[in-house]
Amino acid sequence: MPELAAKPLKRAWTTAEPLVSVGDLKVWFPVSSGVMQRTTGHVHAVDGVDLEIKAGETVGLVGESGCGKSTLGRAVIRLLEPTGGTVFFKGEEITHIRGEHLRALRRDMAMIFQDPYASLDPRQTVGDIIGEPIDVHRLAKGKQRQERIRELLRVVGMNPRYADRYPHEFSGGQRQRIGIARALAVEPTFIICDEPISALDVSIQAQIINLLEALQAKFKLTYLFIAHDLSVVKHISNRVAVMYLGKIMEVAPGRQLYQRPRHPYTGSLLSAIPIPDPTIELQRERMILQGDVASPVNPPSGCRFRTRCPRAREHCAEEVPPLESYGAEHKAACFYPLD
Amino acid sequence: MTQPLLEVQDLHTVFATRDGTVKAVDGVSFELLAGETLGVVGESGCGKSVTALSIMRLQRPGRIVSGRVLLKGQDLTRMSEYEMREVRGREIAMIFQDPMTSLNPVYRVGWQVAEPTRLHHGWDKKRAMQSAINMLGKVGIPAPESRARDYPHQFSGGMRQRVMIAMGLTTTPEVLIADEPTTALDVTIQAQILELLRHVNREFGTATILITHNLGVVAGMCKRVVVMYAGRIVEAGPTKDVFAHPKHPYTWSLLRSIPRLDAEQHEPLKPIEGMPPNLVDLPSGCSFHPRCAFKVERCARDVPALLQVGESQRAACWVTQAGTELQGA
Repeated sequence: MPELAAKPLKRAWTTAEPLVSVGDLKVWFPVSSGVMQRTTGHVHAVDGVDLEIKAGETVGLVGESGCGKSTLGRAVIRLLEPTGGTVFFKGEEITHIRGEHLRALRRDMAMIFQDPYASLDPRQTVGDIIGEPIDVHRLAKGKQRQERIRELLRVVGMNPRYADRYPHEFSGGQRQRIGIARALAVEPTFIICDEPISALDVSIQAQIINLLEALQAKFKLTYLFIAHDLSVVKHISNRVAVMYLGKIMEVAPGRQLYQRPRHPYTGSLLSAIPIPDPTIELQRERMILQGDVASPVNPPSGCRFRTRCPRAREHCAEEVPPLESYGAEHKAACFYPLD
Repeated sequence: MTQPLLEVQDLHTVFATRDGTVKAVDGVSFELLAGETLGVVGESGCGKSVTALSIMRLQRPGRIVSGRVLLKGQDLTRMSEYEMREVRGREIAMIFQDPMTSLNPVYRVGWQVAEPTRLHHGWDKKRAMQSAINMLGKVGIPAPESRARDYPHQFSGGMRQRVMIAMGLTTTPEVLIADEPTTALDVTIQAQILELLRHVNREFGTATILITHNLGVVAGMCKRVVVMYAGRIVEAGPTKDVFAHPKHPYTWSLLRSIPRLDAEQHEPLKPIEGMPPNLVDLPSGCSFHPRCAFKVERCARDVPALLQVGESQRAACWVTQAGTELQGA
């Protein structure tokens, strides 16, 4: 790829430090009601999350709909302003930055969205879609810009001549490749992939997963991979964080999480995921959860999972369990963890 | 062998579109035995849902151009709309992917669940409502008596799908068609609904056609499976054998392309190249041949029939029918 201008960086940051560091992050959305539309409460979408992402690694973020995983992702790359807590990127606090400072940050981060049908402007050509971030950040002009767009299309495995076509001419998988090319246009170091494959056909999903892995190796990217499908997340991630009702319940390397989950929620989530093998499915012990997820407007006291937890005791309602260590990279927030 | 409960024979359903005729279901045959759960698996556009809708004669604007659907020997494709209405609900019930759009938002849930028995059995309000409440309880809705007075929007997605299942079961149909019943739900809720379907199958002996794109769901739910691609069945057989030794390259490659939760180490996935075909302009010969790693010259020329391959399976593939084992890196 053609050389781009060096990125602005306020202070020296070494890859030994975490690339992203989130501390006690909160994102609340106001709920209003009545004729006066007074704020009557808050959706506690993200409610006190600590998370570190090392340079070059992929952290998976799993959880069910409404658990706050997408909101967390958006707050980390500052598409949303957090209500509380801190976000550090390359050692610099970005929690409340604005204006030119935020714009500069956008050259270092990008996002890949779930719905390849909704996230591309139907009236723009593929070239213009990919070219937009290049224009916004004044990265290239004229012939150099065209060459860069063609290069990006090649990188994601598409024919460079497609630059003149429109999104509707492409299938879901190809559109997702276009979305990935757009994300790569600013040469980011950090990409948030928000359910990038869940709208795609089964036979196409593997193509996109392999592409994301190849791009990570080629451009030394760091991913926060958000998805509800734990098998996909485990495959692509170095570490997996399990979220429930705005809080992280457990973090561990994927295999460790699968072999020895500590949090009862992780355990039931794992047992709920079907494995495409009839012999294994027949023998599996199922831990089926009762009921539905509680409301994030009025989350349960203490541990948020206690209303559905088979192991919950009195103590769980009184105090919020902290994330405790179980070995080097394994943490879980439970007073009565699984063995 | 006992006579199958439901037999689909050489079914063809087409849709007229601006771009030409779409053969959504192109010669599909399978049978459903009493009490079993049969999986129908495939990607979007493979014809699995249109097959189900055609069985129910709800395929419009599509048209069934040929083939038979025999329910206990009676051909549903030849029935009048009036007769068909008796079959729907009473003998075959169907539940859909999106429980939000399949319930009527302006009627109370209990009333909707009671409606089939009032229509089909001519029960009075009180008796129908009593049986509806009873059924809501059986599908695991807490406090069914008071919940029956609620409206659909007061239920969560998983609870709505339970209501749909209750509605389908009130008339104790012999066949239940579940079209992607858990696709819109979270995994822990999916597990609840699948457990409920297992329970329904055990308690009522309802034979179920489970339509899904999720191979894991088939593995855990179905003794037999039918795999569809581009409007045709490409492989059929006992789930155990199909998963252990797939006899169609599509099944074979699909199983290898999905990441597995129980994978011991990280290995790159082996995707199927290309994309599902455009149904208006299908490839010649076997529809899968442009994406197939095993194709021979004949595959682009002739359409393979679904024939016995190996002990228990059937596959529509020239390569495996000639005795070649599917294997590779």
